[in-house]
Amino acid sequence: MTTQTTLTEAMPTAILETRNLSVSFGGLHALEELDMQVSQGEIVSVIGPNGAGKTTLFNAITATVDISAGDILFEGQSVRGLDPNKVTTRGIARTFQNVRLFANMSVLENVMVSQHCRTKQHAFGALLYTKAFRREEAEIRQRATEILSFFGTRLIGYRMDQPAFSLSYANRRRLEIARAMATQPKLILLDEPVAGMNPVETAELTGMIRRLRDEWGFAIIVIEHDMGVVREVSDRVVVLDHGVKIAEGSYEQVSKNSQVIEAYLGKGVPEK
Amino acid sequence: MSAPRVDGLPQQHGSPTQQMPLVAPRSAFAHDWTRIARMGSIAAFGQVFIALSNMPVRLDERLIIKPVLSLGYLVLLILPFAAGYRQGHQIRREGVPTYSPGLNEVVGGFLCGALAGAGLSLLTILLTHFDLRDPLVNWSPMLLNLLSFDNSSWFGGVIWLAIGAAMGTAGGLLRLVGPTSRRATITIVLAVTGAAVLESVVVDLAEGLGLEPLTDRLYHRRGGINWNSALGLAGLCGLLAVTGQGRLRQAKSFHAQLQGKQRTQANGGLIILTATLLIVLPLFLGKLTNELLANVGLFVLLALGLNIVVGLAGILDLGYVAFFAVGSYTAAVLTSATSSRITPEIPWLAALIVVVILTGLVGLFIGAPVIRMRGDYLAIVTLGFGEIIRLLFLSDWLSGWFGGAQGFTKIPAAGIFGLTEVDGTDPRRVFYLVLAFCALAIYVSWRLERSRLGRAWMAVREDETVAEAMGINTVNIKLLAFVVGAMLGSLSGAIFAAKVGSVFPSSFQILVSIVILVVVIFGGMGNIVGVIAGAAVLIGVLGGPKQPGLLAEFAEFKLLIYGALLIWMMLAKPEGLIPNVRRTRELHHHEMAQDAWLQGQPPRR
Repeated sequence: MTTQTTLTEAMPTAILETRNLSVSFGGLHALEELDMQVSQGEIVSVIGPNGAGKTTLFNAITATVDISAGDILFEGQSVRGLDPNKVTTRGIARTFQNVRLFANMSVLENVMVSQHCRTKQHAFGALLYTKAFRREEAEIRQRATEILSFFGTRLIGYRMDQPAFSLSYANRRRLEIARAMATQPKLILLDEPVAGMNPVETAELTGMIRRLRDEWGFAIIVIEHDMGVVREVSDRVVVLDHGVKIAEGSYEQVSKNSQVIEAYLGKGVPEK
Repeated sequence: MSAPRVDGLPQQHGSPTQQMPLVAPRSAFAHDWTRIARMGSIAAFGQVFIALSNMPVRLDERLIIKPVLSLGYLVLLILPFAAGYRQGHQIRREGVPTYSPGLNEVVGGFLCGALAGAGLSLLTILLTHFDLRDPLVNWSPMLLNLLSFDNSSWFGGVIWLAIGAAMGTAGGLLRLVGPTSRRATITIVLAVTGAAVLESVVVDLAEGLGLEPLTDRLYHRRGGINWNSALGLAGLCGLLAVTGQGRLRQAKSFHAQLQGKQRTQANGGLIILTATLLIVLPLFLGKLTNELLANVGLFVLLALGLNIVVGLAGILDLGYVAFFAVGSYTAAVLTSATSSRITPEIPWLAALIVVVILTGLVGLFIGAPVIRMRGDYLAIVTLGFGEIIRLLFLSDWLSGWFGGAQGFTKIPAAGIFGLTEVDGTDPRRVFYLVLAFCALAIYVSWRLERSRLGRAWMAVREDETVAEAMGINTVNIKLLAFVVGAMLGSLSGAIFAAKVGSVFPSSFQILVSIVILVVVIFGGMGNIVGVIAGAAVLIGVLGGPKQPGLLAEFAEFKLLIYGALLIWMMLAKPEGLIPNVRRTRELHHHEMAQDAWLQGQPPRR
């Protein structure tokens, strides 16, 4: 009875829903029958020890790995079996755990190229240099600059024209987020956004993740190992272990859950 | 501190970021003996290889400086010199002393050169005393005569030892002299050999401009530069190099530092200048040189098309000749009266529209299954498709359509709006036609590169998986590159058909694909100017797969030299002759990032 009411309440606002989602590689079950929901404008953290299947969840959502069973609904429609680029076009963008920028393209170009699925000028427009083409180019550039200025002065100015490989580690992570924003998504998947950052940068980015939701209206799923960040940003926390969801709830609830503690710290030796 | 960087290119690449003081020269005999032995033996091995490939005999007919030096002997001088120069090279590293060059380098050069010479001496003596004709097919008495200077083999042996040692010493000495004298020396050598190699073009141009007295003075009647004019030329070039003092480099860096509107204006000026030269110059050139230019132009067109596929989108296509073939054959079938199946013959320009559309479709057809593969697999499959297309044209099954091994003959001239007729009899017109289409291809490449499609191509080249995740339909975008490349290649094919007047399957060997790819890689992948320069150097000087270049004598050794050049290029300058800025970064970005870090500043663009 209670589950029934929560479902009907959650349905209209759920932007992403996984149903019985399973991914296996040969005999290894990376994800098993995962049920999970993300509402509009919600920040959900996915935590769990290494190898728990967190990144596999992201890969499954963005169609980079094949789903073996179950389904993924985005805005009520299945995205199972779509090409990765179609998923992005529907409105899901992601960053990568091991920063994967277009290293030799400039910072600005990285953000410009990510608007590809939102623009439509074709070869003839470019060849004839039509008005529509020029307008769209200007718009792409304009939007890219806007997105980059979200990160303060870190990525604009002279840096815009520098190749992405010349950026500092933290700036590369920021640029990855900027690139995801440029695809104009409704849901952003952030894979360990503060990994490798120092405490100051971490604090700054934590605030930014909230601003992404508040100012840009994205729903966000974050994979993060830094519990401080998880506590700061999450509306809800989902804990995975060996591909199975072992707990879900607010940070406080989850952090007291005995199963979660066991997954992270191991079982205490029973006293005699 | 090093000079400010330009264009993000590693200008100071290989040199220290912090200038370290040079340490006093090493003593003359403190050598790294293994290094000397290695350098010397490599050079010796190279010398023997060159000699046994019969290159000296073939090239002996081409004189550089009238009585003293022929191209045949020249190829035997290069290696000892290079070995002698190279052994004096020190890698400058922080914390490791760099010695200022001194007697050590000279002695080292002498030893390396002598070793290289010894290889040739040994060969000379061996050839006289043993019959090596059986395993070494290219061995001929002429080679022995050449190596022994028409004297006894012992005489030849000693002379080669001395020549090797002298060239090696010269190489070592070049380390000692200052940058100005070094530049002057290099300019003189390049100018004299260049003038000799370009003899036919220079004479041709001089005839057109009415400057025959000058060239009569410079060149001997039967080829080669007169020795006294060579001296004069050397003096003139040396003077220019000394007074020039790297003005060229200054101009280049000045141009690179121009910003915004000024830069656009400068570029516009350069383009107009080049275009004017290209339009005016052929008027003063004779038939042979124009023929050469037309051939170069055909390959530029092909290379520009392949550049979109390989350079921009990063798809390694080894079967590009397929589109050249489809273009040629379509044009031939539509315009030639010998094609029985398609009776109404249409004018060339109308046929061209069909050619482009049809080749685009063929590109789509071949590309659709191929493009889903990546990297090496894709390269192999394109290689296969290139051959399949040729074999289809060759097959008996389709001989009713394409004439099988006989191909097509009597392809009429290409009429341009009734204004003029272009065929092989007037290479100047062919050149102008090719020039027009090259301009079109350049425009297409340039515009597309600066559009969302060009950016998407680059993204795909950088990281296909991520590009896909960023919402780029990688299959479609790669297919587009493939089709655009195919269309540009077909233009070249259509002109080729009209120019030659006949097409045969044998014109579309796999070698053509390879040569075009080598042109693109050698010139600088992804850079339009680079690709053109690559075609000019390789096709113009060495010659295409079947077309003779300036050095027609090299025809036999063309592939050998292509290979050697490619290896050298990959080792020394993998980004190509005139590189694409981005490509350079790709290949050197670790070094550049490190340089920037050492200097405590981000690399400036």
